[in-house]
Amino acid sequence: MEFFAWCVMAAGIGMGLGSFGTGIGQGIAISKAVEGVARNPGASGKIMTIMLIGLAMIESLAIYVFVVAMIILFANPFTASVVEMLGR
Amino acid sequence: MTHPFLFLQWLEKQFHLHLGEHVTYTWLVMIFLILVALLVKRSIQTVPRGLQNILEPVVTGIEGMIEETMGPKGKAYFPLIATIAFFILTSNLIALIPGFYPPTANLNTNAAMALTVFAMTHIIGIKEHGIGYFKHFCGPVIWLAPLIIPIEIVGHLARPLSLTLRLFGNMYGHEVVLMIFFALVPFLVPLPMMLMGVLIAFIQTFVFMLLAMIYIAGSLEEAH
Repeated sequence: MEFFAWCVMAAGIGMGLGSFGTGIGQGIAISKAVEGVARNPGASGKIMTIMLIGLAMIESLAIYVFVVAMIILFANPFTASVVEMLGR
Repeated sequence: MTHPFLFLQWLEKQFHLHLGEHVTYTWLVMIFLILVALLVKRSIQTVPRGLQNILEPVVTGIEGMIEETMGPKGKAYFPLIATIAFFILTSNLIALIPGFYPPTANLNTNAAMALTVFAMTHIIGIKEHGIGYFKHFCGPVIWLAPLIIPIEIVGHLARPLSLTLRLFGNMYGHEVVLMIFFALVPFLVPLPMMLMGVLIAFIQTFVFMLLAMIYIAGSLEEAH
């Protein structure tokens, strides 16, 4: 049974760590973009496009963690063998 | 962690078919898009009226964006990119209607689109440059090639993976969060999350479209 408790913990803590780093990264990116727009409002369209691409790239890190967490929770490849071991 | 009731799945059960819900909802989105396209095509006018008013700025906007990111050569790839954009946007947005399931919240739909873009970039590259396309993989100096080629190959293979997982993670994550909120407090609390869903739908469409454009533009340009 401990196995499943650790699975849930790993998913939760992993998601937290992943979004922690991603949040800091996106914050830095957005702050720089806002600075750029404040200095040169004429370039806001281009800055917006580049910022969105960058944000999507950074965000994919958190998405990878999310996918891994979902695999751990709902599609864990080791669940069958662990259940079999428990049954024995 | 899926919708409690999907009407196409219910219909499928009545007919004893075994299709995934993402397949049936993909067909629904396709039918919808084709019908809208036929309706608009029938009555195109210089002064737009009705449905043409909505679609004309969107199409012009996508065309302008392609011109901006890919240059004049990119015009030929407008149908591919616009089709992907419309399909993703529609299937993201139907997630907000009860009884509908977004096909983009399934890995297979996204992998199909990402692999199409991946294959297209290389086909376009070979068509444009012939055998010289492989200079793209060799880096700036020829004796660096053994070092650069593995890195480039891994980088190119990561593209469809990241395209797939980004869209899938966003849409599926939104579904899961919405379902959890509904289970906790069904009244009024999921509403901000749904607003966020509208935002996510547009931003992810934009990102997918833009990345597809950038990848195709990357194989269109000369190796340096």
